[in-house]
Amino acid sequence: MLKIENLKAEIDGKMILKGVSLEVKKGELHAIMGPNGSGKSTLAAVLAGREFAEVKSGRVTYQGNDLLEMSPEDRSRKGIFLGFQYPIEIPGVSMVNFMKTAVNEHRKYRGLAPITASDFLKMMREKKELVELDSALTSRAVNEGFSGGEKKRNEIFQMAMLEPTLAILDETDSGLDIDALRVVANGVNKLKGPENATIVITHYQRLLDYIVPDFVHVLYDGRIVKSAGKELALELESKGYDWIKNEIDGE
Amino acid sequence: MESKVNRSAEINERFVDLFQTSRGRIERNSSKLINSFRSSAMDRFRELGVPGKKNEAYRYTNLEPWFGSNYKSFFVPEPEDFGAAEDFRCEVETLDTHTLILLNGYFPTSNGGIIELPDGVKVGSLARASEIFPEIVESHYGKYAVDGTDGLIPLNTALASDGIYVYVPAGITCSKPIQIINLVEATEDIMVHHRNLIVVEEQASVDLIVCDHALSPRKFLTNAVTEVYVGPSARFDILRVQNEHNSAGKITHTFIHQERDSIAGSNNITLHGGLVRNSTYHRLNGEGAEANAYGLYLADKWQHVDNFVNIDHAVPNCTSKQLFKGVLDDFATGAFNGRIYVSQDAQNTRAYQSNNSILLTDDAHMDTKPQLEIYADDVKCSHGATVGQLDEEALFYLRSRGISAVEARLMLMFGFAHEVIASIKTAALRDRIDNLVLQRLRGELSRCATCMINCDNK
Repeated sequence: MLKIENLKAEIDGKMILKGVSLEVKKGELHAIMGPNGSGKSTLAAVLAGREFAEVKSGRVTYQGNDLLEMSPEDRSRKGIFLGFQYPIEIPGVSMVNFMKTAVNEHRKYRGLAPITASDFLKMMREKKELVELDSALTSRAVNEGFSGGEKKRNEIFQMAMLEPTLAILDETDSGLDIDALRVVANGVNKLKGPENATIVITHYQRLLDYIVPDFVHVLYDGRIVKSAGKELALELESKGYDWIKNEIDGE
Repeated sequence: MESKVNRSAEINERFVDLFQTSRGRIERNSSKLINSFRSSAMDRFRELGVPGKKNEAYRYTNLEPWFGSNYKSFFVPEPEDFGAAEDFRCEVETLDTHTLILLNGYFPTSNGGIIELPDGVKVGSLARASEIFPEIVESHYGKYAVDGTDGLIPLNTALASDGIYVYVPAGITCSKPIQIINLVEATEDIMVHHRNLIVVEEQASVDLIVCDHALSPRKFLTNAVTEVYVGPSARFDILRVQNEHNSAGKITHTFIHQERDSIAGSNNITLHGGLVRNSTYHRLNGEGAEANAYGLYLADKWQHVDNFVNIDHAVPNCTSKQLFKGVLDDFATGAFNGRIYVSQDAQNTRAYQSNNSILLTDDAHMDTKPQLEIYADDVKCSHGATVGQLDEEALFYLRSRGISAVEARLMLMFGFAHEVIASIKTAALRDRIDNLVLQRLRGELSRCATCMINCDNK
C-alpha cells in the first residue's frame, strides 16, 4: 500500500531524514518510535504533503502512485489521513460545515452525489459515539477552545468520518491523560480492518499498551535503525532510547 | 499644489451654483420645514467644502474623482419609474418585512406618502411627514447630524428633498423589520442626496434593514444622511447591505442619538461598490446606554471601502463596542478610522474596538487608525487592529481533509467574516446575510451586480 524508499528530506537546509525506507501493507499497524529530534514529525509532514519539508531524494509510492506528486487534498481523497500533533483552531468555521465539506469532497472524488442532510447527521452521531466526543463540540468552530484531549479526540473523530485507507497518527498520544488515551486507542482499534493500514508515530510506549502494533520501527537521526515486532516497544520502554543511541553511535 | 487648491475650490463652487440654480426644484419636492434649513446649510458648506485629504477624517479617501464628475442632479422619478422599481426584488427581501422603496432618493407619493403600520407605527416620505407630523419632525430633524468638519453633511441638508421617515411610538415593538430598498437607476450619470429620519420613542423597538443597489450601468454618487433618535430604554438596530457596482459611489452618514438605557446597533455590510464611505456616529447621551457598531467589507478590483466610526461617550455608565472586519483582494483598498471620545464626566465608561483585515494580494492595502480621546479617569477602553493574510496552517489543515485549496480559502474567509454576521440577532436574516456573503466570496454576486440586469432577483 505504502512504500517509502531511501527518503531524504530537509527543513530550512538541514537534512532531517537521511534515507528512510519502510513498507506498509494493508491490514498492518506500524508504530514508529524514536527520541525527540529523530525526524518522526518530518516523516509525517512529508507523507501529508506539507511544504516546509523539502524532499531531496527517494520515492514514496502509495497504491502504485507517486505520493510526492499529489496535492494534500488529493492524498486525503485517495484515503490518506494525517492525525495532527497540534490540531489547528479555525475560528468561524463550524465543525459541521468543515466535516460536511470534507465528506462531500471525498464523495465528489469518487463520483458520488453529496450526502443528504439526514445521512450526514446520522453519520456524525455514529462517529461521535465511537470516539466518545462530546456532542456540544461538533456544534462549535473547529478546535476552537477545545482542550488538548478534545482536540485529539476530534482528530480521531475526523478519521472516523473520512474512513481512510491509510491513517498516519503523529504523536496523537502526546499530552493525553489516561482516559483520553484509552478513547483514542479505542477509536484506532475499531477503525482497523483488513483493507486499511495505520502508522502510529509516538515517543512513548504507553499508547502501545492499548494499540498492538504488528511492527515497531525505531527512527533515530533520520534513519530507521531497528525494526521488529511489538516486543521491541517493551524493550525500549525498559531500556530507554539511550540503548539504541549507544548501539548506533557506538558502531 | 495650486492647481489642486483651484480644483477643489472649483468643485465646491459648482455645488454652490447647483444649489442656486436648482433651489426651486429641490424645494418644490420637499417641505417648508426641511426647506427652512437650506440657506444656513449652504453657508456652512461654503465654509467646509467637500472634504479633501487634509481632513483627518477623510485622509485615506479621495473624493475628488467622485465629486468632480458631471452628474445630472435632481432627477425626480415619474410614477412609472416607481412601478418598475417596485418589481425589483432584493436578495434580502424574501424575508418577512415591511418594505419601502426609495428611488434615486425619492419616496413614491402615489400612496399619499405615508403608510400606517399596526400599533401607530408610521413609515414613508420624510417630506410628507414633516407636513403631517410637524411637531415630531421638527423636534428631531437636523438635531443629531452634527457636521464637525464634514462639508458633505450640510451639503446633504441643502440639497436633499426627501427620504425615509420611520416613527415607532413609545412602548411599541415593531414585530417585523422595516426594510428600505435604496435604488439608483438612470440613463445618465446622476448624483443623489436623500435624508432619512428615524424616531424610536421610549421603550419602543425596531429593526431596520437598508439595502443599497444600483440598477443601471451609469456612474452614481449618493450622499445620504440618516438621523436616528433612540429614546430611553428603546432598542434600535440598523443593518445596511451595500451591493452596488464599480461605478457607484456611496457615502452614508448615520447619526444615532441614544438616550438612557437604550441599546442601538449599526452594521454596515459592504459587498460591492466603487467607492464606499460609511460614517457611523453613536452619541451615548443617557446613562446606561449601549452602542454596538459593526462592519464587514469585501472588496476587490479597484474598489475602496472606508468606514469611519465616532462613538461619543457624553455621560457616565455607557458601553460601546466596535467590530469591523474585511477581506481585500486584487488592488482594493480599505480604511478604518474608529474614534472613541470619552468626555470628562463620562466615568465608568467601557469602550472596545477591534478592526481585522485580510489582504489576499500584495497590491491590496488597508489603513487602520484607532483614535481614542479620553478625558474621564474611570474608563475601560481597548482597541486592536490586525492586517494579515489567510492562515497557512489552517489552510493546510482543511486541505489535509480533502478540501480543495480554493474551497479551503473560501471557508477561511467566510469563517473570518462570520464573526460580524453572527452579531445579527434575527436568525432568518443572519442566514440570508451568511448566504449573500458566501455568494460574494464565491464571486457569484458580483457578476449579477455588475451586469445590472436583475434577472436573478425577479
